[in-house]
Amino acid sequence: MCRLFALTSTEPVSPMVAINALNVMKEGHDGSGVGLYLSGLSGPFAEHPEYPILSGIFTEKGLKRLDGIMDDLGFRPFHSVSIIKSSPPVGTPKRGVYLARAYEPPKAWADLPEAERTAQLVQARVAIRQQGEAERDMMAFSFWPGVVMIKEVGDPLTVGEYLGLDRPDLHARRILCQGRQNTNYAINLYACHPFFIEGVCTMTNGENTAFIPIREYLSSRNVPGYMGYQSDSEVFTHIMHFTHYKLGLPVEAYKHVITPLSDAEMAGHPDRDMLARLKVLCRKMIIDGPNCVIGCLPDGTMFMAQDRKKLRPGVVGGKPGMYAFSSELCGLDAAIPDRDKTLDFQPMHLDTAYVRPECQEVTICSQLQALPRQR
Amino acid sequence: MQPTAGITPSTLSVKDLPWQVEWNKDTCTLCGRCTSVCPVSAIELAVHRKRVVETTTGLLQKPKNAYSVFHGIRQRTDAAYACIGCAMCTMVCPNNAIRPMRLDEGTTLRFHNNRGGHARTRGGRRNAPDSLLDQIKFIRISMLTDPALDAGRHEFELRTLLGRVLPPEQGLKAFQENGWVPAVREIYPLVIGSMSFGALSPNMWEGLQMGVAYLNEELGMPVRMCTGEGGCPPRLLRSRFLKYVILQIASGYFGWDEILHAIPQMKEDPCAIEIKYGQGAKPGDGGLLMWHKVNKLIASIRGVPPGVSLPSPPTHQTQYSIEESVAKMIQSMSMAWGFRVPVYPKISATTTSRAVLNNLVRNPYAAGLAIDGEDGGTGAAYNVSMNHMGHPIASNIRDCYHDLVQQGCQNEIPLIAGGGIGKNGNLAHNAAALIMLGASMVQVGKYVMQAGAGCVGSEIDRCNICNLGRCPKGITSQDPRVYRRLDPEKVAERVVDFYLAFDTELRKIFAPLGRSTSLPVGMSDALGIANRDAADRLGIQYVV
Ligand code: SF4
Ligand code: SF4
Repeated sequence: MCRLFALTSTEPVSPMVAINALNVMKEGHDGSGVGLYLSGLSGPFAEHPEYPILSGIFTEKGLKRLDGIMDDLGFRPFHSVSIIKSSPPVGTPKRGVYLARAYEPPKAWADLPEAERTAQLVQARVAIRQQGEAERDMMAFSFWPGVVMIKEVGDPLTVGEYLGLDRPDLHARRILCQGRQNTNYAINLYACHPFFIEGVCTMTNGENTAFIPIREYLSSRNVPGYMGYQSDSEVFTHIMHFTHYKLGLPVEAYKHVITPLSDAEMAGHPDRDMLARLKVLCRKMIIDGPNCVIGCLPDGTMFMAQDRKKLRPGVVGGKPGMYAFSSELCGLDAAIPDRDKTLDFQPMHLDTAYVRPECQEVTICSQLQALPRQR
Repeated sequence: MQPTAGITPSTLSVKDLPWQVEWNKDTCTLCGRCTSVCPVSAIELAVHRKRVVETTTGLLQKPKNAYSVFHGIRQRTDAAYACIGCAMCTMVCPNNAIRPMRLDEGTTLRFHNNRGGHARTRGGRRNAPDSLLDQIKFIRISMLTDPALDAGRHEFELRTLLGRVLPPEQGLKAFQENGWVPAVREIYPLVIGSMSFGALSPNMWEGLQMGVAYLNEELGMPVRMCTGEGGCPPRLLRSRFLKYVILQIASGYFGWDEILHAIPQMKEDPCAIEIKYGQGAKPGDGGLLMWHKVNKLIASIRGVPPGVSLPSPPTHQTQYSIEESVAKMIQSMSMAWGFRVPVYPKISATTTSRAVLNNLVRNPYAAGLAIDGEDGGTGAAYNVSMNHMGHPIASNIRDCYHDLVQQGCQNEIPLIAGGGIGKNGNLAHNAAALIMLGASMVQVGKYVMQAGAGCVGSEIDRCNICNLGRCPKGITSQDPRVYRRLDPEKVAERVVDFYLAFDTELRKIFAPLGRSTSLPVGMSDALGIANRDAADRLGIQYVV
């Protein structure tokens, strides 16, 4: 089972804090890979938070091709973090450049409607990924304002130190981090969590037994970016994306999509009619695995939700200004030792726990509660 | 046979018949029960002459003949009276002195059951014991990477949706704007398929209805039953139990005068309306209720004069194209109930199923598509239709599901699979396999008769005289002297029994696959088969 750790803070924090927390949970992952999502960045990236940042790994040739592609799209490089390493640790392949590059969009960009802009960003990322897969020279994990993603095979701590992730321009307010337990898929970086699409990022541990039908359903939605699925957990990200963008529902509704209430539980619910309808409409997105999902939404809300039977561990805790979501208590202890431990909370089978970007409190929302009023 | 009798082409011996009656003179008490119970008069009481040559020792006395007679059973060899192997004789014999035995080389009868130029008609099934569904294994077991679930203790939602489900965005918008949405029923995924009042005896029908009502009201299992084309008893139409019933309309429209007139008095809407265009056992052929089954009761429910044969036309006469059938018929039936009742067509599996489905996808009122495979059963059909017409269900359902996936409409227009499910007794296994291939639910008929009422029909041409109205078990007879053998209460009990067992077995299949919170429709990664071609064709794993 993979181990997950996520942190949200009012002040930028080094990614190594999260990686260290993963390291104390080492018994639970085999060090086969690590994935990082960083947003709310400090340093030069923060100067123009509206500039999209492309994150990925490129060979030298790939980098040249990338320049051509971005040039054609009219995007001009603004600031880059490029990490080039020659002697990787055992188990990590030698790659080209680990890149996070912010781009200044073309002039006409500002006049485009929001939806059009986001669609273009997704299309550009998908195009780079597909062209890169053909030539094996480019990997693109995200292309979004204020978001950097890093993925690599190997032990999280070793990889973190190898890549020198402690640099100030990678310090972030919101970090998702996963230490991978490689079970049933060949080690492929696209299979490393977290997964990202249009500002929505999630990571999951456990097995998603309903993967194939859900994948078939999402793939047939005609949404650019609903692709890949090298990991059975990628569907969780896309379901969250679907819930957020296509259904326009808040974070509290996510669990009603993936793990709806039983009829008996729904009977006395204030939103019964709506939930019953949702259960019918979204039946093909019901998950059925032992899964703990941790994720972050475009507005910076960070959440944790459990499967219907609560078969995976997960705890949330912290103090105003900094909260963390962790697979295990020891991870939380490592990252925020000076918190009030009596307020730690382990979300159960009906709960969604979330922390708004202001980082002042953990909100627990049970599926039995009324949903917030819709705008 | 007497040596002087003529031997005609159709003169058969016992050895020419597939079923041979073995009778034991020593244990027979000559009670006569077997001859009176035999539904086809295959056996008769006979006087057998016997000669014994008596010889004494020595040469003084010549051997003598001693003649005697004894009484016993003789099997008739006339093709019209050939034993059907039902074994009712065995069942009633107090001493187990008689039983039918199957003789595989007794094939001559097959060439002579067309006397008078009449092609063979019968009830039953395809008579092919093999089953592709039985070969499918469930191979994705939750082992350590994820915990297997507990079939006994975890909660399971073994329900499915019957009706058109809108895409989530559209459905939610309709909810927020109080717009119309198609009716959707949440039901149990094992439906009692269409067997008409008329094809079935009143006792059988009543037993099924009671079983269904018990499952719903006492056990909370939303089981539904389809009427078949034969109308619906007036009291049921006006009762609260109508909600457990799927009313079928077929090309003969039998009973629909009564149904339509009852609409204003209905307390509940029916579960759904099934428009039958075809049936797997006899694709392209209509219903065939013979005159001897049309008694006064059947005639009045169907709205016809008694004692006439009721062949339904192969197609709906008012329609000449699929657009017509689908659009107009579905729309009119929906309108009759104020668009509150799902309406879906049922077709026999065919290479053209996908064309039908694609047409339905574009029709917002189409609530699903029922597809009946070649292994389906029937009360009456031509032997040739049953044995050789039709398409296997597995690949047909799979193709249709793939088409829906292509169009992003899987589970939005449910596929209902039928035909041969549980034909060898593996009901839960076959149903689960079809669900994982893409069906949202399954329909069964023969299994219900076999498990619910003790039908003795089998895939090796045993019994199968449902068309004659002489069903030895009283299941498909309209003769009270026969159907009183069937106690409706006992049928209801058996229906409940097999549903409960099915439910347990389904959990025992789904739990190790790690599935419990929703029916695993299309979970094809769990399926494997030791047949490369079948694996390729169905898009499942080849395992040996
Ligand atoms: S098996 Fe059935 S058909 Fe054959 S002799 Fe016995 S009762 Fe008659
Ligand atoms: S027992 Fe009755 S229903 Fe079964 S095959 Fe024989 S005639 Fe048909």
